[in-house]
Amino acid sequence: MISLANPTRFLNLVDRVVPWLSALVVIVLGIGLYLSLFVAPPDYQQGETVKIMFVHVPSAWLGMFGYILIAIAALGTLIWRHPLADVAAKTAAPIGATFTFIALVTGSLWGKPMWGTYWVWDARLTSMLILLLLYLGLIALWQAIDEPGRAGRAAAILGLVGAINIPIIKFSVDWWNTLHQPESIFRAGGPTIDPSLLTPLFVMAIGFTALFVLLHLIAMRAEILRRRVHALQQTQVERAALAEA
Amino acid sequence: MQLPFKVSLSAHDVACERGGRTLFQGLSFTLAPGEALLVSGPNGAGKTSLLRQLAGLLPLAAGHLSVSGAEADTPVAELCHAIGHLNAAKTALTVRENLAFWAEFLGDGDSDLAGALAAFGLEPLADFPAGLLSAGQKRKLALSRLYAAPRPVWLLDEPSVSLDVHTVTRLDAAIRDHLKKGGIAIVSTHVPLKTAFDHELALGQERAA
Amino acid sequence: MSAGLALLARDVRLAWREGGAVGVALGFYLIVVVITPLGLGPDLNLLARIAPGILWVGLLLAALLSAGRIFDNDYEDGTLDVLATGPLPLSVVAGLKCLAHWLTTGIPLVLLAPVLGLLLNLPMGTFPSLMLAMLAGTPAVSFVAGIGASLTLGLRRSGLLLALLVVPLYVPILIFGVSAVTPYVSGPNSTWPPFFILCALSLASVVLAPLAAAAALRTALR
Repeated sequence: MISLANPTRFLNLVDRVVPWLSALVVIVLGIGLYLSLFVAPPDYQQGETVKIMFVHVPSAWLGMFGYILIAIAALGTLIWRHPLADVAAKTAAPIGATFTFIALVTGSLWGKPMWGTYWVWDARLTSMLILLLLYLGLIALWQAIDEPGRAGRAAAILGLVGAINIPIIKFSVDWWNTLHQPESIFRAGGPTIDPSLLTPLFVMAIGFTALFVLLHLIAMRAEILRRRVHALQQTQVERAALAEA
Repeated sequence: MQLPFKVSLSAHDVACERGGRTLFQGLSFTLAPGEALLVSGPNGAGKTSLLRQLAGLLPLAAGHLSVSGAEADTPVAELCHAIGHLNAAKTALTVRENLAFWAEFLGDGDSDLAGALAAFGLEPLADFPAGLLSAGQKRKLALSRLYAAPRPVWLLDEPSVSLDVHTVTRLDAAIRDHLKKGGIAIVSTHVPLKTAFDHELALGQERAA
Repeated sequence: MSAGLALLARDVRLAWREGGAVGVALGFYLIVVVITPLGLGPDLNLLARIAPGILWVGLLLAALLSAGRIFDNDYEDGTLDVLATGPLPLSVVAGLKCLAHWLTTGIPLVLLAPVLGLLLNLPMGTFPSLMLAMLAGTPAVSFVAGIGASLTLGLRRSGLLLALLVVPLYVPILIFGVSAVTPYVSGPNSTWPPFFILCALSLASVVLAPLAAAAALRTALR
């Protein structure tokens, strides 16, 4: 970890890893999709639509995973002052938000045949929607503060506060849900996952996680390069100022 | 850059009020094409207020302004370039985009973007966001507006703030060039300029010739 | 008028470059819609009945929060001073800036509304009337917000003050805006009269609001 703190060494590592990781992602997701679509049996109740689960559940896991990553990166920024921590946090937020969004959309599509509507306010989906709002807040804060150092520290504080709040929010949403009788007993990916569905799910989860890591590394590389360009521009402007004097 | 018209600007018995106080009254001057007016006085005497009155931003408490040589019923404000304390530079736009906007907005068809970029040597910075510029460079950007579109009257309020000696010389030359072409300049400045001012207005004391 | 187009293009480009501001308005709209069921309970029938109201209230609040952007930035860096010396009357300048706000904030909010309607179980058959009503009413929203923005330039607590000033002016837009949607949800009354009134409100705002805003700007510029 310490040796990776050097951005140049990190960039070299990323350049070497990305091709292999891309191939891995394609292969694993390919196998996963094949297993999901052709090998796994359709559910006797939901038919083929149960297979949306193979995208929905891993996406939801990765939404959570992304936020945990941000929380750890936040500790890296605030406590250990690791130079790449805020880059990791900044780039993880949009990726985590996107996976959360995919989880919400696929959850909605999955539920439509069962519920008759595109959305119900059950505990799981509501919690995931609030997670999306937490992500959006982080992204908005990053956007709003120009100076990268301050933005990084502010977003780290917000990330930690959010992470601490997530269990509390989840608890309160579950409690809220029991107050009002839910209209359907449908539980997304509930306790009755048939073993025959587990293998494709597992493979898809690994594939998605690898995809997350791949996208994250690429995004971190882009962010580091972007900061370098900005620094170069500033140097050029200062040099121009000195040249005129 | 040829001025489309040469104007004379006159103030007759102008008074200014701010916050209930009368800053000055009975102020009159006439400037023919090619003449320059220096506005001097201690802080708070009303130099900025006078310039804002000429630019049409602050109403006259008394008196009136008249112009001859321009199209009938052109407001005085539209004949002026007003460079105040603030630079009016958008940080999110590049230097070129900033000046291009002013050229099109103020010039209304008669604009000179290349000249504006060259006037204070901003070409090397043209495609950088204005937010990256130093205070002096932003001031140069503000002054470059003078060249983005041709206007006969230049109202300059402390134009040399943040500028280095070399740029002040350039500014001086720009003012003299403008006067030579028949323009009018009204300048409020603490920094002595080499430009020979035909008139001086010392506010905060009895008015001078 | 190339000056007018240049100003409009510049304002749209600035809003696009500082994309965070529009995103925050959309995010706020989302938040308002999300906390409603958390406060009221997830009863889908109830939500469907109040959805038009919630969607309009959320849109008005989100537009209000972003209204400060219309003049604040130009006022603070001295651009407004120079705009006032341009060939365009100050009322036209104000009107163009309100138009830019509508294009960059109002319309995105309207496009988000049906998606949020899905969350509130609004029947999809009402989406066209919802969007039509909002497209008819949001110009008024932006232009009236411009009046508030011009009055509160550079003031302390200007955001809250702006909301306080403008919300009463929004009441007609809200009432007719909801009426232009609700009948599809709860009854057979025609939505056309409220819709036409919304159009009239917008047209009147587009013409009159810039005059008021210009007067307020002139006062602030002194």
